[in-house]
Amino acid sequence: MHFMGYRRTDGHVGIRNHVVVMPGCICSAGAARKICEKSGATYLYNPNGCAQDARDTAMTLEILSGLIANGNVYGALIVGLGCESIQEARYMEAIRKKTDKPVRYISIQKEGGLGRTVAHGLELVAQLQQEARACRRESCDISELIVGLECGGSDPTSGFSINVVLGNTSDRLVDLGGTTILCETPEAIGAENILKRRGCTPQVGQQLYDAVLANERRHLEAGEDIRNVNPSPGNKAGGLTTLEEKSIGCVHKSGTRPFQAVYSYGQMVDKKGLVFMDGTAYDVASTMSLIAGGAQLVVFTTGLGTPVGSAIAPVLKATGNGHTAQWLEDIIDFDSSASITGEKTVEALGDELLKYICRVCDGELVKAEINGISDMAIDQMGSYC
Amino acid sequence: MINAVLMASNDDVVTVTQAVPAGGEICYQREGETFSLAAATDVPLYHKAALRDLAEGSSVIKYGEHIGHATRPIGRGEHVHTQNLSSTL
Repeated sequence: MHFMGYRRTDGHVGIRNHVVVMPGCICSAGAARKICEKSGATYLYNPNGCAQDARDTAMTLEILSGLIANGNVYGALIVGLGCESIQEARYMEAIRKKTDKPVRYISIQKEGGLGRTVAHGLELVAQLQQEARACRRESCDISELIVGLECGGSDPTSGFSINVVLGNTSDRLVDLGGTTILCETPEAIGAENILKRRGCTPQVGQQLYDAVLANERRHLEAGEDIRNVNPSPGNKAGGLTTLEEKSIGCVHKSGTRPFQAVYSYGQMVDKKGLVFMDGTAYDVASTMSLIAGGAQLVVFTTGLGTPVGSAIAPVLKATGNGHTAQWLEDIIDFDSSASITGEKTVEALGDELLKYICRVCDGELVKAEINGISDMAIDQMGSYC
Repeated sequence: MINAVLMASNDDVVTVTQAVPAGGEICYQREGETFSLAAATDVPLYHKAALRDLAEGSSVIKYGEHIGHATRPIGRGEHVHTQNLSSTL
């Protein structure tokens, strides 16, 4: 199975061809946005870049460098302020560990004000856009595709329809040599023993188990007892009885294949097959980690519906709730409710979803792209310094 | 008319996709074949019903996995929820 993608000089493959402009810190966001408005370049919002402790700075750099390194990006311009804590050299060091693609950097204090920064930025972006226009789509094997598996705004249909269908699609992708990433560690609390059995080796199984328990400990230290407040009263009213049942319904979207590796939040994925990314369950911050890890596309399952999107990668919304698919028609891309009525089997819908994913890889836009949604959030441990 | 979903072929429970009153028919598919049983109690929308008699203390399977244990005997067709199923974690 093949798709038409962009081959990058760093070996990555993209399904989009963005030239992005990113503020190096929040203070230069206005300048970066103006450059995008005038050039049509893709605006990659960045809420951070300054006043964070060492752990949070590392997470910010991991995500931002990963987003720029993503195969969907041709090249990037970073617009800094000048005095922020993450300076040009630190950005470039983080980015160069992941990619050799064209990345330019300017700052407002050095350029001499907003007007000069925007003018210089526009020149640099025009050059990048000219180079990007010369890129052509080529036939790429499906094994070069990395798909992130995300969920949010779940309802009872998530666990018995769309997550099961996505699990089937994930198995198909893995069997074809591709890569899928399960994430959202807090949602796996209660399924740690099941994940442990699904490691490709006892070591990987143990890593999965340890990641879930470490996440639970961190939440307990912060005063949040996930195990004993789940399923929530709303979950119970919706028919979920035990934590095992809730967690299995969530990890079910990863299908049945063994996990090949465990990655930290936003770390670049370098193994084929199903892998796990250890990170937050906060939807947008989690979606960003999948894309920073290299996912060219994210399948986001939902029951209640959400318009979330990314500047860099298509975020495909899929639901098992037929009412949501119709009621929120302008934000939902794929409806698996036919598995509930018995009109279609999970296998048939899993195959349909895979074929749809391939069309999106070839260039068909998902609703989040049509709607121009580009959300951004990065996990952090502490508050700003 | 299908009104319940079986997640894995060895599951002890199905999830109803319409509320089923006591005495009503619960109808689901297993590997393309349609099966039915009578609801022994009311089963609310998206809740579980037992496919077989389950002894007190026995493991309850959904998604082909253990989701908890029966805290009292559960009859075929009975609503399975917090009143008769508990986490084993």
